[in-house]
Amino acid sequence: MTGDPKQLSCAEFQAQLPELIGAGGDPSTHPHLQHCPLCRALLSDLETIAEAARKLFPSVEPPDELWEQIESAIKREEEQEIHSR
Amino acid sequence: MNDSSSPEARRCESADSADPPAAFSASRPAVARPISADSDLVISAQAGDHYAFAQLYALHKRRIYSLCLRMVGRVAEAEDLTQEVFLHLHRKITSFRGDSAFSTWLHRLAINVVLMRLRKKTLSLVSLDEVMAPTADDSPGRSFGAADPALAGAIDRLALQRAISELPPGYRLIFILHDVEGFEHNEIASILDCTIGNSKSQLHKARLKLRDALRTDKRQEGRS
Repeated sequence: MTGDPKQLSCAEFQAQLPELIGAGGDPSTHPHLQHCPLCRALLSDLETIAEAARKLFPSVEPPDELWEQIESAIKREEEQEIHSR
Repeated sequence: MNDSSSPEARRCESADSADPPAAFSASRPAVARPISADSDLVISAQAGDHYAFAQLYALHKRRIYSLCLRMVGRVAEAEDLTQEVFLHLHRKITSFRGDSAFSTWLHRLAINVVLMRLRKKTLSLVSLDEVMAPTADDSPGRSFGAADPALAGAIDRLALQRAISELPPGYRLIFILHDVEGFEHNEIASILDCTIGNSKSQLHKARLKLRDALRTDKRQEGRS
């Protein structure tokens, strides 16, 4: 591996990518990307996927009946505990 | 973890209804109580107050159910898992000592219940470790070669949802926790008992695998 970030191969850059993305900075400013359309497209796709995923799953309420089931199960467990004493 | 700034805490403030379910009615007081903070409710629930437990359910049900649904993708199984989480909570609530925020502790408990379910489901097929460490066959392809079309701006919701549901469980869990639930890598590492580097690397592989799947879809669309 070379010390000059501009001279990184795609394999070397992509090996560093999880850390570059995970560190919270802006990986799009990395020197390797200035001359590598393949890795630029990769980074752009990964950002698009993360963005799309955030919008994909709305927060939803469970059905009201679920509490009744949970309450019944709790009562059953408590009764079993009393009987086993 | 600073709970007031954690993603779950922020979400909890706005997303969850605080109305308790109309249950445990025998122990419900005649005069409605004001909405209490988690800590008061937890102390009461630890002392066996069923109404307080019902209020905790009302406060946290949306987040827990949403997490379960995101992880398993099927309503019936998500309901079953949510029930399991709150049964677990009922059994274990006296062990909560307040070392972390209650919402963080409950989230960890929920994730452990989900993990246990995933492990049970995959036991007959793969080893326990493989749930959290996918096999080489599960690894995404590398991107050094052919210039496939970029996805940017053209992700189909259903295709992405399907691709996420088809991720190996370990990848899916980290992807959901980070990209959907908004946890930081240090929080995920703490919840899943792995290193921060492992969390970053698994997330990256999950995204690469999703990219592979979405590009395959796109190529197939192009041919048809």
